[in-house]
Amino acid sequence: MNSTSTNLLEIKDLAVEYHTDEAVIYAVNHVDFSINKGETVGLVGETGAGKTSIARSILRILPMPPAKVVSGEIFYNGNDLLKLSEREMRKIRGNKIAMIFQDPMTALNPIETVGFQIAETIQQHNSISHAEAHQRTCEMLEMVGIPGDRFKDFPHQFSGGMKQRVVIAMALACNPALLLADEPTTALDVTIQAQVLEMMQSLKEKVETAFVLITHDLGVVAEFCDKVAVVYAGEIVERGSAEDIFDRANHPYTLGLFASLPKLDATEKRLSPIKGLMPDPTDLPDGCRFCDRCPNAKDECSKSSPKEAEIAPGHTVKCFFSGGN
Amino acid sequence: MGALLEVRDLKKYFKTNSGLLHAVDGINFSLETGKTLGVVGESGCGKSTLGRTILHLLEPTDGQIFFGGKDISSPGKAETRKLREEMQIIFQDPYSSLDPRKSVSEAIMEPLKIQGSLSKDEMREETRMLMETVGLAARFENTYPHELDGGRRQRIGIARALSLKPKFIVCDEPVSALDVSIQAQVINLMLDLQEKRGIAYMFVTHDLSVVKYISDDIMVMYLGQMVEKAPADELFRDTRHPYTRALLSAIPVPDIHNKTKRILLHGEITSPIDPGPGCRFMARCTHAAGGCHQMQTLEECSPGHFVACCRYKEIEKEDTA
Repeated sequence: MNSTSTNLLEIKDLAVEYHTDEAVIYAVNHVDFSINKGETVGLVGETGAGKTSIARSILRILPMPPAKVVSGEIFYNGNDLLKLSEREMRKIRGNKIAMIFQDPMTALNPIETVGFQIAETIQQHNSISHAEAHQRTCEMLEMVGIPGDRFKDFPHQFSGGMKQRVVIAMALACNPALLLADEPTTALDVTIQAQVLEMMQSLKEKVETAFVLITHDLGVVAEFCDKVAVVYAGEIVERGSAEDIFDRANHPYTLGLFASLPKLDATEKRLSPIKGLMPDPTDLPDGCRFCDRCPNAKDECSKSSPKEAEIAPGHTVKCFFSGGN
Repeated sequence: MGALLEVRDLKKYFKTNSGLLHAVDGINFSLETGKTLGVVGESGCGKSTLGRTILHLLEPTDGQIFFGGKDISSPGKAETRKLREEMQIIFQDPYSSLDPRKSVSEAIMEPLKIQGSLSKDEMREETRMLMETVGLAARFENTYPHELDGGRRQRIGIARALSLKPKFIVCDEPVSALDVSIQAQVINLMLDLQEKRGIAYMFVTHDLSVVKYISDDIMVMYLGQMVEKAPADELFRDTRHPYTRALLSAIPVPDIHNKTKRILLHGEITSPIDPGPGCRFMARCTHAAGGCHQMQTLEECSPGHFVACCRYKEIEKEDTA
């Protein structure tokens, strides 16, 4: 039942909708996505693009209702995660696939010590003694740069950057094969972000975990990722290696994103924003989702939806004028 | 003095249970008409408090503020109201800074109503003009903030700040809640307005690439004090203070070929409660030495470039050696 490739995780044709009383929100629109062992993939896009919904559907922690997975398969080790029973899913969640949440202030339980919270995860998935769990927890804390003797401290005794380290330690406690990091440094100051990124970088070398890094910050992606997928209005509009995206970006949205960033060596007087706004996810335009904002849009763009086309090995673009279509 | 705004030795302390919190501790600067001063620093460095203290949203503990040559350090009630017409603020969060029960036009009209010099029709006309100025379509007149996205909400905030034709606006992280493509739209709008109306901005932010883009001068704050101030280009080209160096090197650059060496700071920002007399950055500084225990004074290392570090010359030698 597995696909033919050696992917660690493979998402096929995933579509997620949120059904509210007023409208249906089309959050993820038939996304294909895969990641190999030990790889780091950046999922880049703006607020509401559907990045977090993709990550949450992998772990099956979408708020249901209102969320609904209307189509798709997510293969992990030959099994479709979406078809597993909740019992089987619990063996994977936090154990084989773990997640780092955006806001370290709310991701921890304020009335339990951090040590307890990490040990709990370990004992949930491994039949080991308290003493061993304690031992392992201290090792995890040390690994993320927190002295092991802070085991008995509560979350409020840590600063923001330290809390995020605790969250990372917890996510890595069971040696997951895949780690989903949802904006792990967005809530942190730049100097603290630098510390956390540096730490994640060195962890990446130590453990054989594959990372999916969800972010809106192209700078963070440039530092951390081997591959990049650009998400717009619930679709992946461009994907490729970091070099493909940063040096040879092809989709007008990706190009627009780069152009709207203030550059540190800029001389021009005005920024070049993408005109308009992201389309309303309850009322997506026909054809290409980006056509209303696209500087190169032609008639056909609003009539039919472009297919994802490979313009170079591994570099695909969803645009009529990419050269691949 | 030709400066529009001059701040001398401004201090703002807060009493807390564990001691005096030095949020703003002896800041000096001046700002000319039509110019932008960028204020950068990490959360808790006092940059927002500085902006609010200048506007008298918080009363200064000590120090002087001159606006248009006039001392406004402790204005009376009537004078404060008059000052509000000349000095305004744009808040960070366009979600919480707008009254959810006021429609777009009501929100923009509110300052005009309070000022009370225009007739109803004139106010309506003015509101329409303001909406046009900030790029809000007339059809949004009767919509409410919750129906709008962050970018449009921030435009309401800007229109409100502009309504009384101020000469000076404190922009407290006006674009950090916005996505990059929208952020660029709002920044361009603010630059256009400055060009047309000659408004002076104090642009408070933690986003260093934005601040370089928009500012004439940049001031770097650390724990309530100014550690370095220089013209925008020069600050990035010729960085002197070890904190500024670490801060600049920490910005992730969206370029995979530009892997500059990062200066990694250890530890986190120390407590602003009852700090000692020495350099406040000392605990995290890799260059700290004996002289750092003394009070640091601002030194002008080149015209318009100030640095508060007693070792900046030696550090440069250490780094090039």
